[in-house]
Amino acid sequence: MDFIRETIQPHFNFWIYVILMMIGLWAVIAKNNLIKKLIGLSIFQTAIILLYVSLGVKDGATIPILDHHAEEVEMAEHAEEAEHGVELVPGHEIGPANGGRHALADTIANPLPHVLMLTAIVVGVATLGVALSISQMVFKEFGTLEENEILEQLKAGNTDD
Amino acid sequence: MIEQLPAILVLTPVFGAMLVGLFGTKDPRACFPIVIVTLTLTLITAFLSAHQVFTNGTIDYFMGGWEEPLGIGIHLRIDGINALVLCAIAVVVWLVTFFSVRRFGAEDTEKTPQFYILYQLLCVGLFGITIAGDTFNLFVLVEISSLTSYGLIAMGSSRRGTFAAFNYVLMGTVGASFYLLGVGYLFLKTGSLNMQDIHTILATNSAVAESKAVTIAFLFILVGIWIKMAFFPLYGWLPNAYSYCPSTTACTLAPLMTKVSVYVMIRVMLGVFGYEWVFQHEGWSDLVVWLAVIAILSGSVLALAQREIKRMLCYLIVAEVGYMVGGAWIADPDHWGFTGAIYHILADAMMTLCLFLAAGIFAKRLGAVQISDLEGLFKKMPLTSIGFVVGALAMIGVPPTCGFFSKFYLIRGGIEGGHWEYVIALLISSLVNAVLFFRIFEIAYFGNKPAEGHDHGHHEETEQGGAQQGSVSGQNPLGTGLLSREAPATALFPLLAAAAIILLLGIFNGPIVALIRGALEGLPAL
Repeated sequence: MDFIRETIQPHFNFWIYVILMMIGLWAVIAKNNLIKKLIGLSIFQTAIILLYVSLGVKDGATIPILDHHAEEVEMAEHAEEAEHGVELVPGHEIGPANGGRHALADTIANPLPHVLMLTAIVVGVATLGVALSISQMVFKEFGTLEENEILEQLKAGNTDD
Repeated sequence: MIEQLPAILVLTPVFGAMLVGLFGTKDPRACFPIVIVTLTLTLITAFLSAHQVFTNGTIDYFMGGWEEPLGIGIHLRIDGINALVLCAIAVVVWLVTFFSVRRFGAEDTEKTPQFYILYQLLCVGLFGITIAGDTFNLFVLVEISSLTSYGLIAMGSSRRGTFAAFNYVLMGTVGASFYLLGVGYLFLKTGSLNMQDIHTILATNSAVAESKAVTIAFLFILVGIWIKMAFFPLYGWLPNAYSYCPSTTACTLAPLMTKVSVYVMIRVMLGVFGYEWVFQHEGWSDLVVWLAVIAILSGSVLALAQREIKRMLCYLIVAEVGYMVGGAWIADPDHWGFTGAIYHILADAMMTLCLFLAAGIFAKRLGAVQISDLEGLFKKMPLTSIGFVVGALAMIGVPPTCGFFSKFYLIRGGIEGGHWEYVIALLISSLVNAVLFFRIFEIAYFGNKPAEGHDHGHHEETEQGGAQQGSVSGQNPLGTGLLSREAPATALFPLLAAAAIILLLGIFNGPIVALIRGALEGLPAL
């Protein structure tokens, strides 16, 4: 139980992402059916999306929209920091590298990873579309989507040459 | 106008692709003029920006004026190294456009506009990869170039090509995903996606630079790029994908995709993680140089075993990638390894272009797929043969060509860095290339006895048999005129131009290497 509480629970997202990624990679490598390989590829990409989305998450943080009323409340709460000038720079809140953290950093979820993942999802969909259309061409050429049968046909073709 | 050069470079082919979509689909004859105009524009832009870089220094371009610290802008950066790579890309795609006229060398004539749309989007991806200043934009541009190349490879009519394209999709996507994963870990630690920004953070903040997450990020990124460039253990997709696709596609992808990936690796090493960070790790340099040695040797040996011209060239690419990766990882104190690797990117782009163009012409004109089909080549197609011979001599590394000088700098780096295994591998590979190409010259000049077509063990017999064959074919001169079987001008022009550039790159290696070393000047000696 201690192992679960100390190691797995705090990093639950990351455990799931690694497991999903391995499932995906295994399917890409080991599955015989081309469509199943593509499903594996999709799972693999989704796992990476999960990793990125997890990066932007903070406990008790809200959506990153500038609400003037909320901002005033925050300003009052963080009066001290506000004196040093509060500016919203969403990309730079996480990580110790940046030195000081911004006053509102703890109350606003980092939107950058989510924005990146919108792009990555689009890229993933495009890849899947291309891959599916190519697998359709493969089916037209070989009449099957099983990798071993395709390889047999290719081998047979080789000896004909 | 001048300060907008990076944006013009990347966006011109996008608009070209749109114009082909608008007009080319109605009348396929409109495609070629549109493409050649856009690519001529990008060629001029590439050389202008190179000129700009070498007179005024690095160009930093922020799309829409969103400056760096926000971490969400599109940052394009042209420095002394990628200006040269840009010029190489622009020249290669410009030349291949002529080769693609009337879809010469391609099997399918129905899809002309579609081909040109993908072709120009591929150019967008390649230019973008080269000048992207942001790790995530780099991922997106890598995917743009990969997706278009999947399409271009699958366009061929060969069923092997279709299946190879499918495998390439799987491998390529896994590679890109690994890269994205690495960028994720890097973002986790540094909170930035901008290459320069990450570089500064890693250089100043030792707690971040020494963390395991950054090391893992580097390894993920490296493996992702290695899959894309077909480095030694990860090259399985390349030979099938490049040898069974249409000739025009092979002529574009083979010279560019792997070289641009090598450049990306060099950029990640120098521009993102930094020279000191990469080489402070004990043993990494040795490990990668040994991998490169295996890549060079296995590529050469496998090339020797091939009977098909294009497949042989594909395995040579695997060996050449080994040259460049090895050169980049030697870490000799004077950076001759890096110099050689970058010079070899330019040289190898031209050599591979030249050889693949020649192979495309052979396939179309002579129906020659096997090496043994090249019998009597020098008589049938003298001009094509000149181009092929220049490309082959450059691959072997004969002095006036650029292939000699790039090997010279790589070997110098290997000696100064104390990596003798790399030096020996380079020399063996040169010898194997010599055997490979002189076997082809022999067949092409003297002809070959059918029984001995693929046997290079019996040199004496082959020579005797070849002499007889030669005298026989000498008695039967080809019917009508010397150039009757020569390739059309649109195919000959890029081939001979590539051959000329190979010679020019070799003759003017001094100034080019001076430019590269000027760009590498800031590197510390280890």
